[in-house]
Amino acid sequence: MESLPLLTTDQMASFVARGFLRFDAVVPDEINAQAIEELPHLFRTWLDEFRGVSSGHTVGSDDELELPRSGTPLAHAYAPESAFGRMTRVPAIAGAIASLVGAEPVVDHHFVHIKGAGDLHAQGLHCDAIIDQGPAFDIQLFWFPHDVAPREGGTRFVPGSHLRRVNMDDVARYHHLAGEQYFSGDAGTVVIFHQGLWHAGAPNHGTRDRVMGKLRLNPTQPQVRLWDTSDLAPRNRADDHMFARMDAGMVAAELRRSEPWYEPSVNRLETVQRARLWRYLSGDAEFDVDWYLTRTERRAALVQP
Amino acid sequence: MSARQQVLMLWLASSALDSRVLGWSFFDGTAGAGPQPTDDPPYSNGVDALVDGWRLLQMSPLTPPVPGHERDTSFLQHEFVFERIIDLTR
Repeated sequence: MESLPLLTTDQMASFVARGFLRFDAVVPDEINAQAIEELPHLFRTWLDEFRGVSSGHTVGSDDELELPRSGTPLAHAYAPESAFGRMTRVPAIAGAIASLVGAEPVVDHHFVHIKGAGDLHAQGLHCDAIIDQGPAFDIQLFWFPHDVAPREGGTRFVPGSHLRRVNMDDVARYHHLAGEQYFSGDAGTVVIFHQGLWHAGAPNHGTRDRVMGKLRLNPTQPQVRLWDTSDLAPRNRADDHMFARMDAGMVAAELRRSEPWYEPSVNRLETVQRARLWRYLSGDAEFDVDWYLTRTERRAALVQP
Repeated sequence: MSARQQVLMLWLASSALDSRVLGWSFFDGTAGAGPQPTDDPPYSNGVDALVDGWRLLQMSPLTPPVPGHERDTSFLQHEFVFERIIDLTR
């Protein structure tokens, strides 16, 4: 396999802390244009099936895009010349996928979300699927093949929500959270979510339909040190829990960051969740942030059963 | 009198009603006919909502962690629910 631009340690730490990574205008215009042609067709086919209406197409006909089955290796799921096939082969995207879920992930599912012009319905906040056990995780690619201006249907999402244990739309009552974001950006932007990140379809006050392709991938190997770890060792220290003397260059510096919607007490618990996830990703069972895990584990070891 | 209820939910930074607002939702029994929140957030803390005439209906109880799950994170901890009654005939 040719060398891919793998994620950096800083990007991985940001993903662990915030639950997403954003790649602005990373997909070339030609592929975005193809997606704008193909993706709505995929959506209409699904909609017809959902409504029990014949689409007029027969499976395998020339105008029917072949859809992968769940569990298909990504490398074989989409024809190289298809929109999804080309997007997932963009080097920056392929490198991010390899860094997060390995070289041989499988397709969980994909979907095309179209938010019609003038559709002002605000979907309830939710995370996808159910309560998934960690620390292993799936990723979801949100691909916006055309420019999305503010207030024109860009997906709402809540940074730092991905490690909270909630089920689906049980969080729908949260209409406004400090620090939440509504996607806007240039054509070809891909945002990669941790599976647990809270998100929702947003009102489209614009005059064009907003198209977004979503692809969920499952890892098939331990997600351990898959990124560019060339700078990891000196930055993975856990012994800088000295007030006012914390090392800025450590992974822990990113993992202790708060979000505007966090309660201060819960922020510390979030730090513990992130440290556990980083232990899994780094393969370092003694990694810690601010000594929270270390001191309690050492105390527990003192107690005779 | 044609009375309708408006509900304001605030999620605060601590269990104290005068702590800062982290999130909010508004549910409108007047279907838009009554006064609407204009700021985001509408109040900087819970007490400011009382000062503006909202009545506190409920607050989250303080519950000890579930054994074995002391460090799990889930829903926002400190939820405060307010109401005000709007007379639509006025």
